[in-house]
Amino acid sequence: MTTIAPTRQARLSIRAREAIYGYLFIAPAVLGFILWIAGPMIFSAWVSLTQWDMLSPPKIVGLQNYRQMLEDGLFWQSLKVTMYFTVVSVPLFQALAFAVALLMNVKVRGITVFRTIYYLPSIVPVVASSMLWAWIFNSDFGLLNSLLQAVGLPKVLWLQDPTWAMPALIVMSLWGIGGTMLIYLAGLQGVPAQLYEAAEIDGAGKWQQFLHVTVPMMSPVIFFNLVLGLIGALQTFTQGYIITNGGPGNSTLFYVLYLYRQAFTYFNMGYASAMAWVLFVIILALTLLVFRYVGRMVYYEDESR
Amino acid sequence: MSTRSHPSAGAGELARSLALPRTRTAYSRQLGRCFVWLVLCAGAVVMMLPFLWLISTSLKETWQVFRYPPQWIPNPVRWSNYPEALTTLPFGLYVKNTLVITVLNMVGILLSSSLCAYGFARLRFPGRDLIFMVLLSTLMLPYAVTMIPSYIIFKYLGWIDTYYPLIVPNWFGGGIFNIFLLRQFFRTIPVELSEAARIDGASEFRIYWQIILPLARPALTVVAIFTFLNNWNDFIGPLIYLSSPEKYTVALGLATFKGLYSTQWQYLMAASTVMILPVIALFFLAQRYFVQGIVLTGLKG
Repeated sequence: MTTIAPTRQARLSIRAREAIYGYLFIAPAVLGFILWIAGPMIFSAWVSLTQWDMLSPPKIVGLQNYRQMLEDGLFWQSLKVTMYFTVVSVPLFQALAFAVALLMNVKVRGITVFRTIYYLPSIVPVVASSMLWAWIFNSDFGLLNSLLQAVGLPKVLWLQDPTWAMPALIVMSLWGIGGTMLIYLAGLQGVPAQLYEAAEIDGAGKWQQFLHVTVPMMSPVIFFNLVLGLIGALQTFTQGYIITNGGPGNSTLFYVLYLYRQAFTYFNMGYASAMAWVLFVIILALTLLVFRYVGRMVYYEDESR
Repeated sequence: MSTRSHPSAGAGELARSLALPRTRTAYSRQLGRCFVWLVLCAGAVVMMLPFLWLISTSLKETWQVFRYPPQWIPNPVRWSNYPEALTTLPFGLYVKNTLVITVLNMVGILLSSSLCAYGFARLRFPGRDLIFMVLLSTLMLPYAVTMIPSYIIFKYLGWIDTYYPLIVPNWFGGGIFNIFLLRQFFRTIPVELSEAARIDGASEFRIYWQIILPLARPALTVVAIFTFLNNWNDFIGPLIYLSSPEKYTVALGLATFKGLYSTQWQYLMAASTVMILPVIALFFLAQRYFVQGIVLTGLKG
């Protein structure tokens, strides 16, 4: 008995020691979570119930900020703008990135050069690419209108016409498909060749192979990119701030741009915080929708998980 | 991706061994490839045109900029746009400022994210996976939610118009994304290595520092590269927290430049080129780490 007890104690303490070390190692992240995420979130929820310009003390107004949003035309405009951008740019972006990845997956000459060329635009800093595209879209001497004129088409007032400003920003966003394209390409290269061979034996044509082998095998990657793309698009800010500054006629007043103005131009901290929470709820709801309707179709190789 | 054999894999091998005459399929396949190659070429031209337009404009005189049809190769080439653009606003200073922030963030992020990743990947303790999931779920949180309260907190700390708000938070965990990436990598290192060291009486910290970190150099490089890119590109952070022009970063300086010289496109393009060049250079120097980072984060998600 006397010889067993210490051993057991020692064994327990090894496990306890490991746990203590575990908590110590992850302490920075947990502390960071409390200090920079959970704490600010609680604080933000409270701020959203106040009227606060940071000069005079905050005044608690209950749900007034949220009620005010319902009547704020610019709030609805910014929501509409962001939804327009998201609904058009995310599917286009993903489809284009996927299509290019499919083409790259065909073994053709110069693939490394192509990969580099398509990837590079996606790492260009967004401030610099905004600058560049503002010039490309310039109505008189920009690249795009020069090309249009060269083929005999009329000029488009890309950034001055409320109808065309958003399409212009969407086109600009497509220039950055490279990173997502590479993720798709890596996924495509991981699809076992036997699956295609088996499908071919079964008499499946290229299109059927694509539908019944490529798409199911790629569905986790598609899903991952779709969710990340959605979350990113809903938070678009820099392009709208630099290229159009929300204009013309508020046609590119992105949600986060309007929120930024409320917070840092008008110093309506309460209203801006309320807007942030509404955005959070929208993102959660849309992500859940995608999980529910797209996630269901995702095929995992390892179903036992 | 798993490579375990599929029941119908045998059929494929069977077909191959039959070696059917395939000259016709081979011919049409060749044609298909040629077509794909042409489409990729056309796309590549579209992707490259903005870059060419950027560089071309950056080397023009004003009268050449406002000319139709545009001249792709400016004559004369005006190199002096670069020094002129870069001294109109003190871009050298902005580069220095950005590098100070970046280096401090790199140290903080590499240290703290690898510490946390070690805990999550190599140690067992109650609640580990739950805590990890909670941290991971914050990736869905829009930065707008924490942006305003953080601003208020930093304002009361007297940190507005300093670099602290852009650096200090990164020293706490270094971002769940980086922890996730390193954790994935640490898990691939054989457990026997740390077990052996533990038996030899090495402390957990020593195992982390002397065994795991040296082996994880590729993954740490990936994190370092992404940290550089994020800091070099970050706009909204400096925009909110920095107000004195002498503290500006490159991104903020460039945006200000556009406000001041909105029609001097040759200068704007020269300054933009200077902001883009280090990123492109980094890509060519460390190409395989870029790809590795994309694979590590994209596929195992």
